[in-house]
Formats: sequence, C-alpha cells, structure tokens
Amino acid sequence: MAKILLEMKNITKTFPGVKALDNVNLQVEEGEIHALVGENGAGKSTLMNVLSGVYPFGSYEGDIVYNGEVCHFNQIKDSESKGIVIIHQELALIPYMTIAENMFLGNERGTKIKINWHETNELARKYMDIVGLKENTQTFIKDIGVGKQQLVEIAKALSKDAKLLILDEPTSSLNETDSKALLDLLLKLKAERGLTSIIISHKLNEVSYVADKITVIRDGSTIETLTKGVDDFSEARIIKGMVGRELSDRFPKREPHIGEVKMEIKNWNVYHPLYKERKVVDNVNLYVKKGEVLGISGLMGAGRTELAMSVFGKSYGENITGQTFIDGKEVHLNNVSQAIKNGLAYVTEDRKGNGLILSNPIKINTTLANLDEVSTRKVIDKHKEYAVAVEYKEKLKTKCPTVEQNVGNLSGGNQQKVLLAKWMFADPEILILDEPTRGIDVGAKYEIYCIINQLVAEGKSVIMISSELPEILGMCDRIYVMNEGKMVGELDAKDATQEKIMTYILQSSGNEEENHE
Amino acid sequence: MNKDQVLGFLKKNTMVFVLVIVLAFFSFMTGGAILLPMNVSNLISQNAYVFVLATGMLLCILTGGNIDLSVGSVVCFVGAVGATLMMNVGVPVWLSIIIMIAIGTAIGAFQGFWIAFVRIPPFIVTLAGMLVFRGLSNVVLNGLTVSIKDMTSFVDLFGGGANCYIPDFIGSGSLNLTCLFAGILGASIYVILQIAGRIKKKNSGYELENIVTFTIKTVVLAAVLVAFAYRLAQHKGIPSVLIWVLIVVFVYGYITSNTTVGRYFYAVGGNEKATKLSGINTNKVYFLAYTNMGFLAALAGMITIARLTSAQPTYGQNYEMDAIGSCFIGGASAYGGIGTVPGVIVGAVLMGVINLGMSLMGVDANMQKVVKGIVLLAAVIFDVVSKRGGKLVVKN
Repeated sequence: MAKILLEMKNITKTFPGVKALDNVNLQVEEGEIHALVGENGAGKSTLMNVLSGVYPFGSYEGDIVYNGEVCHFNQIKDSESKGIVIIHQELALIPYMTIAENMFLGNERGTKIKINWHETNELARKYMDIVGLKENTQTFIKDIGVGKQQLVEIAKALSKDAKLLILDEPTSSLNETDSKALLDLLLKLKAERGLTSIIISHKLNEVSYVADKITVIRDGSTIETLTKGVDDFSEARIIKGMVGRELSDRFPKREPHIGEVKMEIKNWNVYHPLYKERKVVDNVNLYVKKGEVLGISGLMGAGRTELAMSVFGKSYGENITGQTFIDGKEVHLNNVSQAIKNGLAYVTEDRKGNGLILSNPIKINTTLANLDEVSTRKVIDKHKEYAVAVEYKEKLKTKCPTVEQNVGNLSGGNQQKVLLAKWMFADPEILILDEPTRGIDVGAKYEIYCIINQLVAEGKSVIMISSELPEILGMCDRIYVMNEGKMVGELDAKDATQEKIMTYILQSSGNEEENHE
Repeated sequence: MNKDQVLGFLKKNTMVFVLVIVLAFFSFMTGGAILLPMNVSNLISQNAYVFVLATGMLLCILTGGNIDLSVGSVVCFVGAVGATLMMNVGVPVWLSIIIMIAIGTAIGAFQGFWIAFVRIPPFIVTLAGMLVFRGLSNVVLNGLTVSIKDMTSFVDLFGGGANCYIPDFIGSGSLNLTCLFAGILGASIYVILQIAGRIKKKNSGYELENIVTFTIKTVVLAAVLVAFAYRLAQHKGIPSVLIWVLIVVFVYGYITSNTTVGRYFYAVGGNEKATKLSGINTNKVYFLAYTNMGFLAALAGMITIARLTSAQPTYGQNYEMDAIGSCFIGGASAYGGIGTVPGVIVGAVLMGVINLGMSLMGVDANMQKVVKGIVLLAAVIFDVVSKRGGKLVVKN
C-alpha cells in the first residue's frame, strides 16, 4: 500500500447558523486520483477551501496531516508552498495577459526589479509541453478557448511544483473532447510524474473513468469511500450514496387545490449576454397552474436561474425568443416593471447581490418593489410604509428588534424572509422562488415552506427552483428537470424519486454512447 | 439613557459635534470675531454656492459614489453666457435667467445621457465636461471680464452688491425685526412639526426616539435657529441669497426623504441590481441625478456672478471640490446609498467655518488648503472605518 499523502481528520466547519462540515474524514494516497462527489451544498468546496487555507487555521476544528506533519495553513500561499494547489471552477486567469505572464503571476521569474522574460517564456514552454498545450507563450488568454485555459491552469500549478492538485469541477464548462483530453492528461501526469489529484465533479461517468477512489459527501459528512476494483463503481451505486437519505416530516403537509393553467412559456430560447453564440436556455416549454407548486430541479449552471430571469422582464440574456401566456393571453414582458404589473415576482437566489439593499432598513426593502402602494402622488406615506413593514414582519415571523433595523445585520434566514416579504407585498400572482432556502438553517427552512404553502392556498402559483432534491420532492406538485439549458424531464410528484431525477440529469449530460446502454 | 444610547447618539451626529467644537475653537482663537454679526452673514453669502452645488452633488454621490467634476466649469460657463447676454447683447434679465437655467440643465442632460444610457464612467464624462466648458467660458468671454454691476435687479435678486438683503418691513432701528421674526417663526414651526410628528408616530405604533434626546434636540435646534436669526438681524437682515439656499435645501431635503424618486437614488446606490430587479428604471435615476446637477450648477452660476458682480473665465474653479468635500464630510458614503441633505449642509457649514476662521486668524491661504484636505480625509476615514466595525486595516 502506498504512502498516505494527505489525511483530513474530523474536520468541522460552521458558518453562522449552518454547520457546513461535520466531522469529515478524508484520506488520499500518494499518486492516486481521488474523486469527491456529492450534491450541491454537500460541503465539497468548503472542505477544499479548508485544505487550501482559504479558511485559515483556527476557523475550523480538526487536523490536516500532510506528508506526515500536522499543518496550519493561514492563507493560500502557505498551502501552495507545500505543494497543494487548487484550481477553482471559475478560472483565475487574467484575459489581457499572455499565457506565460499568467503562468508566473505572483511567482515571477527574475528579480524584484527586473523580470527575466527569457526564463519566463522558456519555463512556460516547458510546462506547456508537459500538459500538451500547443500555443505560443505570447498568446493572450482571451484568445484561447476554455479547454486550453484549463490546461494553462494545470501548467501553472505544475510550475509551482504541485504535489497535490485539487480540481473543482474542471470539466463543467468543457465540451466532451476537451473533457476527455483533460482527464487523460490527469492520468498521464499520474503515471509519469506520480502527481496526486483530488477532483470534484458532478459528471459521474468521468469520475468512474478517472478516479482510483471516490469519497461521497452528503450534508457535510463523509458517507463512504469506494475503491476501484474493490467496490461497485457504477453510476447507480454512486448516486445511491449521494442521495441516500430518507424524507422525514421536514416539510409541512398541504392539500393541493390546483386550478387552471396560470402561465405558460413556449419555445423559450435565451443566449448568453457576453458569449453571444452560447445558448443558455434551449427551446424550453413549461406551464404552471393556479395553486400549484412547480419545481425546477437541476444542477448549478443548468440554466434555471437564467430561464427565470429572462422570463421576468428579460432581466437576463440576449436574443430572447419565445412566447409567454398569462391566463391564456399572450403578454410581452420587456422589462421588470411590466413583469411586476403582470403579476410576476422573482425572488432571487442571490439575496445579497440581487435582492436586498443591505445598508437599508427592513421597511425600505419591504416596499421597494411596490412603492406606489404606500405613496400618494409620488410622496411616500412613511406611516403607512412602517405599518406595512410591521405587518409583514409579523406575518412571516421575521426575527428583528424593529423594522428600522438594517437588513445587513440580520441572519440569512431572516434576510430571506424580508426578501419574500418584499415580493409578497408586490402582490404577485406567480412567484418564482430561486433557491429559497439556500444557506439558511433547518428551522427557518420549515417556516419558508409554510409561507409557500400559504401562498398557494391563496390561489397563487409558485415556481420553485432548487438544487436540493429532498426539498423539491417534499414541496412540489409537479417537477421539471433541467440540464444544460434544456428541459430533460417532467415528473408528477407521486412518481418522482431522487434517483429518477438524478438519472434524468446524468443521462442527458456527457456521453451520448452511454445514453444508449 | 444608557451608555449605548449616548454612544449611538454621538455617532449619529458626529459632524454636528465636530462643528460645535470647531466653532468653539475658532471663537476662542479669534476672540469671538467669528460669531460677530457681519461674519455670520458673510458665512452665508460666501458659501451660498457650496450649499447649492453640494445638494446637487449629493444626488450624484448617492447613486454610487459618482461625482460630477464639471460643475465648476459649468458654473463659469453659465455665468459667462448670462453676463454676455445681459450686458453685451441686451437680453432682458428675466429672459437671461431662463436661458441660463436652460443651458445648465441641457449640459447636465447631455452629460447624464452618456453616463446613464451609454454607461460611460461619470468621472470621464464630467472630466471632459470640465475641460470643454472651461474652454468655452473663455471663448464666450474672449478671455475678458464682463462686469454686471449695472444690472442691479439681477445682482440684488441673487444676493450680490450692496442691497442684497431682504428689506426690513417692520422695524426701522439697527435691529432688523423682519429677520428676527422670521427666525422665531421658523423655530416655532419647527417645534410644532416635531411634536406633531412624534404624536402621529406614537399613534401608529412606531418605535419612539428617547424623550430626553428628542427634547434636547428640538430645543437646541430651535434655539440655534433663533440665535442665528438674531445675529443676522444685528447686521443687515436676511441675505437674499439665503432665500435661494433655503428653497434648495427644503425642496431637495423633501425630495430625498419623502418621495419615491428620492428613494430611488438611495436604492440605486445601495444595490443597483436589486433596484433594477424591483422594476425601477435605474438609467433614469442616473440621468436625473446629472441633469439636476446641471440645473443647480446654473443656479450656482447666477449666484456667483451676482456676488462678484461680474463674469470671468476663472470663476468657479475648484467649486466641484468644495461640493464633493461637503458631501463626504457631511456623512455621504463614498460607495453611494447613504447621505442626507441636512448632513451635507452641516458638512458645508463646517468647511465654511474652517475657511472663515482661518482667514480671520490670518492663516496663510495655502495652509488653509492643507487643513481642509486633512479634514476631508479624516472624515472619510472615519466613515469607512466605523462602518467596518472599527477595524482600521483590512486583512489581505
């Protein structure tokens, strides 16, 4: 048996209100490719951030033993000096610098006052050859594709003398050929240089292909580690580990009273605002009925948020085509204000970035989307505004001393309630809730579910986008599964299981050949 | 009141206390000269343009810390055009005023268009404006001075020259009774409004301000108002430019705190994306901020040429800096979304007091700039650090 290069022992990491990691254990042998799998929010990225020093020593509990010694990393530089290099999902390259410049950024060759460009380019050439990147060292990053950029990242890691390479979703933005090439490169580096890697991925076919061991993480804990040749490495087996939890009464009961079709979207297409040729939403059709909770399931980056925002007054995307019908009549929602007037509300997944004004009090946030309701002739009736804020605070049981409190000082769950209050006050008929319970604790989640039930009981339609499968299964009457911009499945709540949804997703992504099995 | 409340009260009104301390310092250093009636009156007349420009600048800064560098040049250009029209072309005063306002607003709208709809950074658009309108002022004036001393109606209206005071209707002695009564009336209205507001708040179940702080605040402010009016009355009465300043302050104070449009400025600066997703047209908000800045720059331009009874190509230099400085000293956030008209007025008065105090002490003009610069930096450091919870240096 080979030497153990890295051991993470009983790692526990808590964020305010949430336990992100709970006694996680991970053992990586020298010269192996170790895969980490788990649902969104299971804690994979948090674990890697602990390892690389993004969360400094002392902010978590447990030990990191690397190369036989206990390590205290206070910043990324500390872990890099030991040869642990992390490559994030969002590539950290600077578009208007050359490949060589990017590769040695922060690690410049030469002296402080004079960069040795000759050496920089020589070395860049050397590492580019190792990873098989056929480009000029002087090419700008912006001029090469994502696949090649990923290779630059790996070359950069090798130039730092990486012994342990961590790749977070390395193939999520690559096409099949590039993905295959990248995985083969990892295998080659393992064979030739004995490089150890940890790879985080959602694409289970790739994981089974490349990994020697697979560790499954669920709800912040390690569930099991599978070894190639010993355990069953099939996708079904991995999925079982990823989702194998029972649905309990974490969801309030509701008697559905489903009415007519309220809104329908037909042939909806959206292109990326920057990469204009990239189709983010691909010919999507959907409908939602009165009094219905409709779920949209899928992995991050499946295009769900983009779909929702493009429907909500074209607040995302370019070249949007398709038709929207509300109550059977076609409507054209060209901006947010028209969408609101037509009874739509979009409660964002990014409450801090897109939802709330953190530096403003609760009352100002509550009325922002419907200021006219509390004003006469454009003059705000502050007493009415205050009364509205108090009313919603009590209705949603928001915990705060007063509604004059700045939203930035509230906990995640209470911020989410303020955001919901804001959109409930706008009095919509159709609410699109994007990851409504992300990053909030179990108690607050339950309260949010109760609010959702109350909304549909009033005859409103709710479209719930969520990456958490139990939540989708526990709350929704009907479920769409979305992947890579397409609707890849539709399920009735009574037929739906986590395995079915996962299978829809995994079958539609990646390899065509495997789909025919 | 417990300790926390006292600290909170102090923190909320820091600049007011700083102003009191600075005022005490200068009255001690100048043997009370800074509080002489003439000097109090001068403080208003000399700084009228700052009050007007700072109010407009506040709206720009609210949208996200955006500033308008062109105001000094626009002030000069509007004044140059106005003076030329009145003196050299013979356009009637009323028409000249309308033209000046129209030009200022149009310049603001022009810059606002690029900033709001084309999203050129405000710094660049207004830097260009600063150069363009400074140059055009020179062209309009041929590099010369145009005196408007003879246009007494215009000069008096905007508070320049010898008769720039509201005449005394009631009294006839050395004390201007009209001014004093106006002050007392203003103070009474203020007290009544405060009490009425508190009663209404109580009835609708508001969290109420501590009764002690409320009383102290109301009484002190009313007393300051009366004392201020008394000082003015001892000199020549109400400077007519004060009327313009008061109108601007009250109108914009009301707009920013009570109207939906005012709320939009804060919302855009607080979180533009969230504001957009709430169905508010953020482009229009930017456009409005800069168009309005042009409008107020025109007003400030008229006040400037009236006070100096002439137009010169060098007028209005560094006016933008006075306005920006007042906003930041007065508690506006350099990131936008925070700041009030009363706060900005306190900031402007503080700058004015420091200027006047140092002049009376005979401090060299260059040193005055040094002190003003330090005060500005200190105010913003204080704002940023206190918002970060007292941590001075950010961890890398």
